[in-house]
Amino acid sequence: MSGEKQFISGDEAVALAVKQAKPHVIAAYPITPQTIVVERLADYVEEGELESKYMYVESEHSALSALFGASGVGARTFTATSSQGLLYMAECLHFTSGGRYPIVMMNANRSLALPWSIFGDQRDSLSQRDAGWIQLYVENVQEAYDSIFHAYRIAEDPRVMTPVMVNLDGFILTHTYELLETLPQEQADAFIPYADYANCIKFDEENPMNIAITGGPLLNMEFRFQQQRAMNDALKVIEETDKAFGELTGRTYGGGLVEAYRCEDAEVVLLSLGSLCGTIHVVVDEYRKAGKKVGLLKLRSFRPFPVDKVAEALSGARAVGVVEKDISFGYEGAVYSEVNSALIKKGLCPLTRNYVGGLGGRNFSKEDICGMFDDLLEGAPADSVQFVNLRGDIDYGNEC
Amino acid sequence: MAMNAKTIPNEEMFYGHKACGGCGGSLTVRLAMKVLGKKSIGVYPPNCMSTVGFIYPHMCYFGNATTAPFAASGAVMSGLRAGADALGHEDWHVYCMAGDGGTADIGIQALSGAIDRNDRVIYICYDNEAYMNTGIQKSGLTPTGTRTTNTPAGSNIHGAIQPKKRIFEIVAAHGIPYAATASVGYPEDYLRKLEKAAACPGTSFIHVLAPCPTGWQAPSEITIELAKEAVDTGMWFLAEYENGQYHLNKNPKEFASIEAYLKKQGRFSHMVQADFDELAAQRDEQWGRMRAEWCD
Repeated sequence: MSGEKQFISGDEAVALAVKQAKPHVIAAYPITPQTIVVERLADYVEEGELESKYMYVESEHSALSALFGASGVGARTFTATSSQGLLYMAECLHFTSGGRYPIVMMNANRSLALPWSIFGDQRDSLSQRDAGWIQLYVENVQEAYDSIFHAYRIAEDPRVMTPVMVNLDGFILTHTYELLETLPQEQADAFIPYADYANCIKFDEENPMNIAITGGPLLNMEFRFQQQRAMNDALKVIEETDKAFGELTGRTYGGGLVEAYRCEDAEVVLLSLGSLCGTIHVVVDEYRKAGKKVGLLKLRSFRPFPVDKVAEALSGARAVGVVEKDISFGYEGAVYSEVNSALIKKGLCPLTRNYVGGLGGRNFSKEDICGMFDDLLEGAPADSVQFVNLRGDIDYGNEC
Repeated sequence: MAMNAKTIPNEEMFYGHKACGGCGGSLTVRLAMKVLGKKSIGVYPPNCMSTVGFIYPHMCYFGNATTAPFAASGAVMSGLRAGADALGHEDWHVYCMAGDGGTADIGIQALSGAIDRNDRVIYICYDNEAYMNTGIQKSGLTPTGTRTTNTPAGSNIHGAIQPKKRIFEIVAAHGIPYAATASVGYPEDYLRKLEKAAACPGTSFIHVLAPCPTGWQAPSEITIELAKEAVDTGMWFLAEYENGQYHLNKNPKEFASIEAYLKKQGRFSHMVQADFDELAAQRDEQWGRMRAEWCD
């Protein structure tokens, strides 16, 4: 059984999936380019299509704090944010992951101030790498929609019990209309049945619970150990989830963790995440037609980081370029560090290069991707970190 | 149904904790839980109450409870309320025990948001007039002239320079269904207000004064005495706001001596006559306004 088709934007697709996931509580605060999600959800509640308690809150900090409360009594929850809003939630990200609350959040990837910008890059979510959330990055509208169902199933799995952030590139994906195949409601219900979870207040007068506790030096590390173990277990659960969803819909995402495209015999592979993978995909096909052995490795799960899958896909490559909309100032792109670490762990030492671009909404064109493949095929640029598409008409002053 | 010394339940729901002797804050919790009972969920943001009773596995709240991000008591309560209602538990109380800083400073935004949504939650602010948990620093509810560890009373800083924020009035200005002030020195008044808050169909707020022997540098056995005197001197007041109207519950014809009240507390030991006079002038101005505007 397949669902209906709709021509729909990324934000609207997420809202539709959330409606079908039937969270008990939704709390969110508006921020461009996420706002459409919370507007649509309010419409669904108003029109009686969704029975959620819909909370308008006065900040992102309160949005996630409210879900911390709602999830604390076992409710299924949803929020959405972006950029500064995600950073404003930062301490609550840790509260909710440490408390093992299976919250699902959509993040519209957007640049961080300063300079202020509403346009897309991935510095917001990547900077929250260590917040203990599972982070998925999606490529297109269909994957955004499907990943909301994945997210609830992964988050609420008793082996995981960890919040999940589904990341969509701001505007490029949130505001782009594509054809979407929807999931019939009965399939959605069956794929993510709501099950009360163990670690929450049970409304039992005689057996009260104190949750979200303080843990001193005697026990704190043991909670952290369990958090790490759950994150590692999530690798398997993400794969199981992709498989199960594939059996239901025919749509899979490379096994859930990474999607390798024409990597088997590739000499040069570009690794990226999010919507840019669509552009790289097209270029790979063109280069393959011209007889050039290139491939694409799409990183879908940034946390947990799929070391084995990344290394496996890159094991035959002579050169690897990591293309990301992020920079950790004073070093390199955050994803690049992770990929290098994974390669070294597995004893692989291809040439690696980091292409940083798309910051603050700067476009990545097909030509940019061609340039990267050409560089890597021909011997690679000298600097390990390249700023792609940097303007040449600006006086940057002298280096010290 | 008014709860009083005769009818108050014997069962304790907050004990075994590590609060200092004479802790006013722990009394505000103990009494609140006797009114709100077992069908309640408490929110305890970082403060002395969560510190003395919420360190696993030494748990001292015999009702359901959770900690919360410091700034977020109001929002966490709202989320608990929404979750409880969605799961069919509308008859459970949701309350918080936030301190003066957790309410009037870092938590004021989330408090404002909860009132703005009129969520059915009970916000209790226990006010010991400084950040006591971190070692006595000035909050927005620290009285003028108080010596704290970040407002030394010397020739440069002069102690806390501003009067207490009028948080009761700030809350009332939201158009909240029910707000009240209280003092652990007048427990029956506090119990009555807790009962009103518990019956309130929307957001309710109780601001209860709770002396801290450690932070106030006063003997632990005079906590109740100080909590009464604060009201009797006019340094604190017992009032309610409901149906859009303020009401003074206690309007002394004559105030007890401010100087005697202040001199019992080490935090005011640097004060001279001019300081006593300034505080008395502040009090008179505030009471002049309250009497003019809040009395029928």
